[in-house]
Amino acid sequence: MNETGYGIFAARMLPKDEPFVQGHRACQGCIPALMLRQITKAIGRDLIVCSATGCMEIISSPYPFNAWGVPWIHVAFENAAAVASGVEEGIEVLRRKGRFYTGRKPAVLALGGDGGTMDIGLQALSGALERGTDFVYVCYDNEAYMNTGIQRSSGTPMGASTSTSPAGRVSTGQVTWKKNLAEIGVAHNIPYVATACPSYPFDLMAKVKKAVEVKGPALLHVFAPCPTGWRCDANSGIKLGRLAVESGLFPLFEVVDGQHKISLDPATMRKSSQDPIGEIAGYLFQQGRFRHLKGRDELIQAIQERVRLEWQKLKAKTER
Amino acid sequence: MKTKLNPTWRELELGCTVVEAGTSAEYKTGDWRSFYPKTDEDKCIACGVCYLFCPDHSRHIAPRKKKVEGAMYTHYFDFNFQFCKGCGICAAECPTGAIVMIEEGKK
Repeated sequence: MNETGYGIFAARMLPKDEPFVQGHRACQGCIPALMLRQITKAIGRDLIVCSATGCMEIISSPYPFNAWGVPWIHVAFENAAAVASGVEEGIEVLRRKGRFYTGRKPAVLALGGDGGTMDIGLQALSGALERGTDFVYVCYDNEAYMNTGIQRSSGTPMGASTSTSPAGRVSTGQVTWKKNLAEIGVAHNIPYVATACPSYPFDLMAKVKKAVEVKGPALLHVFAPCPTGWRCDANSGIKLGRLAVESGLFPLFEVVDGQHKISLDPATMRKSSQDPIGEIAGYLFQQGRFRHLKGRDELIQAIQERVRLEWQKLKAKTER
Repeated sequence: MKTKLNPTWRELELGCTVVEAGTSAEYKTGDWRSFYPKTDEDKCIACGVCYLFCPDHSRHIAPRKKKVEGAMYTHYFDFNFQFCKGCGICAAECPTGAIVMIEEGKK
C-alpha cells in the first residue's frame, strides 16, 4: 500500500477537513457512508458530486438538512453519469469564457450504488465512459437495493438471500453470478479503473486521488458491506470487507491504460495454509443472508471454484 | 443559521433547494445510540484506527499531549458523543482493545 506514491500511512497525516458532514442518517455501522467520508477526505473541497438515487442520496439529504459541504446534485436513478458529463461540459464552457473556475478545475464525482450502476445506470455510464468525460464514477457496491428493502440487483452474489430472491425449501437465494463491473470499465479502454474497499482506507484514498488526477474517465468499484442488508452485526462491516478481499471474493486491483496490477495479493495475507473453502465459509457464515447455505456444500464448492477461476483470470491478465 | 425543521411555503426556497451546505451537523444522531464506546486511556496508543473507520465522524483529532511508550504524541483522538451512533466498529477494530462498548446508563 506504500507504493501509492502519496506517502500517507497514518491517521494523523490525513487532512482534518470533512467535506461529508456528520449528522447524516445512515444506519449504524454503514460502510458506504464511511467510504464517502474517506473519498471526500482524499479529494478535498474542490469537488462537485452528482448522486444517483440510492442509500447515500437518501441518508445525506433528508429535507431540510444535507450532509454535503461541497456542491451536490441529486438526479434520477439512471443518469448520474450523464449529469456528471453535463456538469463537466458546463465547467469547460465557463472556463473557456473565463467566467468561472478559471483557476483549478474541480473534480466531478458521479456516485451510484450497485443497482444504480450495474442495472439501471449502465447505459448512461457506458455513454459517459465512451465520450471520454473527465470525471470519476464511484460505484459503491453493497450487493442489493438496500435503500428500498434489500431487493436483488445484478451485483448480488450467488446464494445470497434477498427479499426478491428469498431462500427457502426449494430456492437457495440468488441464482446468478455477480456482474464484473471493473472489466466492463476496462472494455471501454478508459485510462483508469480500480476496485477498492474501505477496509483498506489508504489504498482507497490513493486510488481516488489517482482517479481524480487522470485525464479522462475513471471508474472505481468500491466494495461496501451493509450490515442492515447483509444481516450481520453493526460492528462487522470492516471485518467483512477484509475477509472478502483476503478470501479472493473481491480482489483489489487497478487498471492503468489497460495494464492490470493487483494491489493486494490474498495469498500473502494468509497466516497459514488454510483450506480456501474454509475461508469462504468464514466470510459467508458471518452473514444472515448466507445462513441457509449451511449443509449445502456443493453450492459453497461452486462459489469457491468460481472465486478461484476469477482470480486465475485476473492473475493471467497481470502477467500479460 | 439554524435550519427550520418545518418551513412554511413562503419560506421555502425556489424548487425546495437546500441552499446551505452541511446543515446536517445540526441534527444530532447521538441519541440513536444504545451502547457507548469507552476508551481505556492506558491502553490507547493514539493510532487513530477508530478515527479512520468511524462512519459518523464521531472521532476528531484533539491537540492534546499524550505519552505513549516513551514517545510524546500531540495528536490524540477524542469522541464526539453528539454524533456517535454506537455501531461498535471502533471497539471491533481497535488493535489494543482499548475501546469497549458499554450499555447506555451503565458505567
